[in-house]
Amino acid sequence: MANVSSEYAVQMHGITKRFGSFYALENMDLDVKRGTIHSLLGENGAGKSTLMNVLYGLYQADEGEIFVNGKKVDIKNPNVAIANGIGMVHQHFMLVDDFTVTQNIILGNETTSGLGVVDMKKARQQILEIVEKYGLEVDPDARVSDISVGMQQRVEILKTLYRGAELLILDEPTAVLTPQEIEELLTIMRNLINDGKAIIIITHKLKEIKASSDTCTIIRRGKYIDTIGVEHVTENELATLMVGHEVKLVVDKEPAKPGEVVFEIKNLIVKDDRKLDVVKDFNLQVRKGEIVGIAGIDGNGQKELMEAINCLRPAAGGEILVNGKPIANTTPRKVIDNGVSTIPEDRHKRGLVLDYTVNENAVLERYREAPFSKNGILNRKEIENFTKELIEEFDVRPDDCGPKRAAGLSGGNQQKVIIGREIAMDPDVLIAVQPTRGLDVGAIETVHKTLIRERDKGKAVLLISFELDEVMDVSDTIAVIYDGHIQDVFKQGTVDESTIGLLMAGGKGNE
Amino acid sequence: MNKAEYILRKPFVKTLIAIVLGFLVAGIILVIAGYPPIESLKALFDGVFSSSKHLSNVIIKSTPLIMIGIGVAFAFKTGLFNIGAEGQFIIGCAAAVVVGIECDFHPVIQIPLVLLAGAVAGGLYGGFIGLLKARFGIHEVLTSIMMNWIALYFSNWVCNLDRYHKPDTLGTYTVNKSGYTKVLSEWKMTSEGKETLLESEFLTNTLLKTDVNIGIIVAIILAAIVSFLLFRTAKGYELRAVGFNKFAAEFAGINVNKNILHSMLISGAICGLAAALYITGNSPHSIATLSAFENYGFNGLSVCLIAASSPIGCIFAGLLFGGLIYGGQSMQYAVGAPSELINIVIGIIVFFVALTHVIPILFAKFSKGGKKHDK
Repeated sequence: MANVSSEYAVQMHGITKRFGSFYALENMDLDVKRGTIHSLLGENGAGKSTLMNVLYGLYQADEGEIFVNGKKVDIKNPNVAIANGIGMVHQHFMLVDDFTVTQNIILGNETTSGLGVVDMKKARQQILEIVEKYGLEVDPDARVSDISVGMQQRVEILKTLYRGAELLILDEPTAVLTPQEIEELLTIMRNLINDGKAIIIITHKLKEIKASSDTCTIIRRGKYIDTIGVEHVTENELATLMVGHEVKLVVDKEPAKPGEVVFEIKNLIVKDDRKLDVVKDFNLQVRKGEIVGIAGIDGNGQKELMEAINCLRPAAGGEILVNGKPIANTTPRKVIDNGVSTIPEDRHKRGLVLDYTVNENAVLERYREAPFSKNGILNRKEIENFTKELIEEFDVRPDDCGPKRAAGLSGGNQQKVIIGREIAMDPDVLIAVQPTRGLDVGAIETVHKTLIRERDKGKAVLLISFELDEVMDVSDTIAVIYDGHIQDVFKQGTVDESTIGLLMAGGKGNE
Repeated sequence: MNKAEYILRKPFVKTLIAIVLGFLVAGIILVIAGYPPIESLKALFDGVFSSSKHLSNVIIKSTPLIMIGIGVAFAFKTGLFNIGAEGQFIIGCAAAVVVGIECDFHPVIQIPLVLLAGAVAGGLYGGFIGLLKARFGIHEVLTSIMMNWIALYFSNWVCNLDRYHKPDTLGTYTVNKSGYTKVLSEWKMTSEGKETLLESEFLTNTLLKTDVNIGIIVAIILAAIVSFLLFRTAKGYELRAVGFNKFAAEFAGINVNKNILHSMLISGAICGLAAALYITGNSPHSIATLSAFENYGFNGLSVCLIAASSPIGCIFAGLLFGGLIYGGQSMQYAVGAPSELINIVIGIIVFFVALTHVIPILFAKFSKGGKKHDK
């Protein structure tokens, strides 16, 4: 804990926050120097967001003090935070889609000329000044619904700067960006700190911490672990500090031994809810004993592709074949019966019945089969035993969660239940959509190992992910999707990140 | 969470507290309306508990409410709001009357036949709502409400058909006696029967002075069956999965639309069965021209709410509701409080039960506040 001094943009000392009897934060310290980028590293549920919500006035700490520029402050609500020069960019943007960039930025803080009439001209001028100063490239007159995700994020940053923020909190800022956009964001962040501002980023991506931050504070289970200068540590050391024990960051695997084609998509066309083609002339093959990864930015047809494969959405054209048998436009049941298991992207919406117990969730596709039911009557004992095995094999915690509601499990453990269930189906084709979304380093390692183990057992594995690193590390074959079709396909190791990044953004490779 | 809070979170305890609170507020309203609260509520309780005749009548009154409550609860558990219970009940009554008048077999055949007629009619009527939802995505509340009115006018039309309409009355002929589900209805009117029953005060009060019918036994068996169906069978698993999260159910290969249809079919059939038992077990064993809803369906809805959609809970909630309605009449006699007041009391209790989840939260807040002062 550093002494209170005006050198620091913000200092949080001895912060404790309880929810009931649960300590979300316990005697937590954070000291952020002006003119630095400070990352806050911790696993999911470690208390990063809680700490930032306390700083931004969304939560009140039960104990502890907060100092801004060496002065003690009582941040009762976000308005007080803003008045003290604290700005926050949430992971999920808070923008009005139908408003222009300028309208969004001034919303709630409108510049008015007399009589309450909004002075758009003046506001626009002020925004352009900030844009110029920090290289935040945005078009102030564009509608938010028409601009890219990267630009929307810049609008959020502008919003905080417009309100006079000296300290910016960025919550998982790179989750939705392409590698190129991440580069741009880093440049902007450097421009900001050169001007004397301070930035806190919440993240669990080690690579980005190395690339962006000066200092890093590690939090584990609500407790302060350490604050270190980033240049002196390796990614592995950071991971160890975060998790509390050593983790492997590089995915260990043998070369693939692909067999015959098990899963094939031919000229697939899928329409979205607005009846527009979002999957266009899509072709892909997955072989036995091979992981094919689809790299791409969210919203390029991945969701509709998955829904068409699972017959949740009709295919408007083309074929989907499993072992040569067409499955498109049948029923979800038929797809499962033909040996396709899917780990869905949205575990709360598609993956689990949250109000069901873990026991009940473990047999969501198989409750009608022996031994789980007989003559239409459920055999609870068998279901329980099956779940016990699943819990043990996949290390679901707590290990007595069987009769408890699935909603009570943490995200990582919920995911383990889904993965365990799908793998227990012994499918020919295993499809994993964003299987590590929201999981921490330890859980990600487990998921990746499981996918590779299934591959080695001779399954055809299709991995759809928005995390480029994940696709690059885990897949044997990498396909890049953009605007609903496959841009190009590579063998692992024959392509670098920037080539794929460019293809993901719609560019042409090797040109 | 401390122990007191844990106990407070138990559904049964929560409901009990809500009922007590409901009576407290009801007392306040009685004071405001200018009636003595203690005396009025005592009259209400006496009206239920002072004699086995009253208790017997409460059970008779409660039976259709319990069954409709179970029907609505079934749909609720599968994610559907069957506000059409009223219509399914009316249609069930009409079907039971028509079949009960047209056919006249030995009771062993006649009774199941009439009950089946009510269940099938209610089931089809509810199933149609399910079909509209499954096929065209029309929200069940919308269609239910319209179907309720259709049921009302259809029932009136049946009532006025020359074939069924009893001249110089508002209603139909009664159903044939072979269909009655009253206990010993014939025998207890004979002199031999009267003599036997008069020997015991209890039997006199329950059997002779009231129209005891088999409905309550059917209702209890039904609650057990529905519980078993929902929680122990593969079909129930499916139905509840669709109710909790139809997206996950669909993803897991469960046919969501089929289950919506089945759920409404079964829910409607239970309401229709309730109707047939009502017709065969209660005088006047006929239907009359309705100018407005009789609110059996809507009261059943409240019963389901009080029971938090638990089929077994519906038995107790139904008895509570029936008791309030029946005992409310005594309150009217004793202190002259208008019947509207008893409706207010019922409304308040339902309101508090609907708010049950607030109670443990309030408790936690208060106890936390206490701790702060300790510091």
